[in-house]
Amino acid sequence: MIRKTVNNVQEALEGVEDSMTFMLGGFGLCGIPENAISELVKRNIKDITCISNNAGVDDFGLGLLLKKNQIKKMVSSYVGENAEFERQMLSGELEVELTPQGTLAAKCLAAQQGFPAIYTPAGYGTEVSLNKETRKFEDKMYVLEEAYKADFAFVKAWKGDEAGNLIFKGTARNFNPNMCGAAKVTVVEVEELVPAGELDPNQIHIPGIFVQRIFQGKDYEKRIEQRTVRPKK
Amino acid sequence: MALDKNGIAQRIAKEVKDGYYVNLGIGIPTLVANFVRDDIEVEFQSENGILGMGPFPFEGEEDADLINAGKQTITALPGASFFDSATSFGMIRGKHVDLTILGAMEVAENGDIANWKIPGKMVKGMGGAMDLVASAENIIVAMMHTNKAGKSKLLKKCSLPLTGVGCVTTIVTNLAVLNVTEEGFKLIERAPGVSVEEIEKATEGKLIVEGEIPEMKL
Repeated sequence: MIRKTVNNVQEALEGVEDSMTFMLGGFGLCGIPENAISELVKRNIKDITCISNNAGVDDFGLGLLLKKNQIKKMVSSYVGENAEFERQMLSGELEVELTPQGTLAAKCLAAQQGFPAIYTPAGYGTEVSLNKETRKFEDKMYVLEEAYKADFAFVKAWKGDEAGNLIFKGTARNFNPNMCGAAKVTVVEVEELVPAGELDPNQIHIPGIFVQRIFQGKDYEKRIEQRTVRPKK
Repeated sequence: MALDKNGIAQRIAKEVKDGYYVNLGIGIPTLVANFVRDDIEVEFQSENGILGMGPFPFEGEEDADLINAGKQTITALPGASFFDSATSFGMIRGKHVDLTILGAMEVAENGDIANWKIPGKMVKGMGGAMDLVASAENIIVAMMHTNKAGKSKLLKKCSLPLTGVGCVTTIVTNLAVLNVTEEGFKLIERAPGVSVEEIEKATEGKLIVEGEIPEMKL
């Protein structure tokens, strides 16, 4: 067994520097790497480029990094829930690259799997395809989108073992598996870290080969963005 | 009388057929789930990673790890599955989802759609809309026929940045059901009590009216 465990978030983020590009898993506030984000805030890492589907809310998730002006550029598909984000974008302080959600996932997956680029129909004929190569396959037009290049991927999983094997829960899975192995270093935080052999190999979502560092996360807030319920009968 | 949002959703629900996998957008499309006949089998997909999406949870049973694309807490029905974002859009891009229902700010007579950006005013991002409209073969747009200022949303040409080109097949508004054809918007049904003239007045793009136009049955 090749051991991937590190003791804590401080060790997990060793080598993180200003001006780097990070991938961060999560959809809205669901499945975000809360511990890694807190540590980036604490270290005041600056001029970051973040590849993340969303930008958090004003006081949680990536919103915490935005508030301290640590982010230089965001690559996202939807940024609607964050007023500070909108202010920084409209004032020009923050560079924003809006990318269709499926394209964002595909560009992460391409990086993970060694494809330099992929063709997608999404965004053809819109401003997303400006200055990009396009090509026709069987009467339909596609846009060439290049794989992302990132220094670190910060991923949140439900359970993981010492070998870096991962299991995700519910819709907290989202972009997390696609970002594993898509950056030079993949750092995973888990709610439950278990010894090798405890997870059933049949149930592993992401094998440890895509993971460099794994640690037991703590103090998860797991905030709900839109609490919608129906009354009990 | 023109339909309200629930009326639009109720009419669209009639297009949801037995055995369909359906992706519902945010807003009016979300309401469609409330009107689907309960004697047919349908699975709702939410692009953040679930098939077999169920209703909102009972109070106290919310799970932060179980949300829909609108970031609302939901439940999973028997037979549901979870998956990653690349797989989710693989289902969409690979045309495995049978029907996509989404909202729009503008639709053009050639099927172009704009629903993600108002330059200088609103820039929230396209989310999954560009992927959905670029791949789905059966796209129903749910929207009001005119905007708050009373201007038509069914245009000759979209004025806002496009989400997709030539992709919309059907539009259901508070006034009418229309198909997008090579010649323009073809009027299929009128909302109860709404005249063809009213629909013509509210439609800027080319409207094709052939023969007697029936009233919607809800």
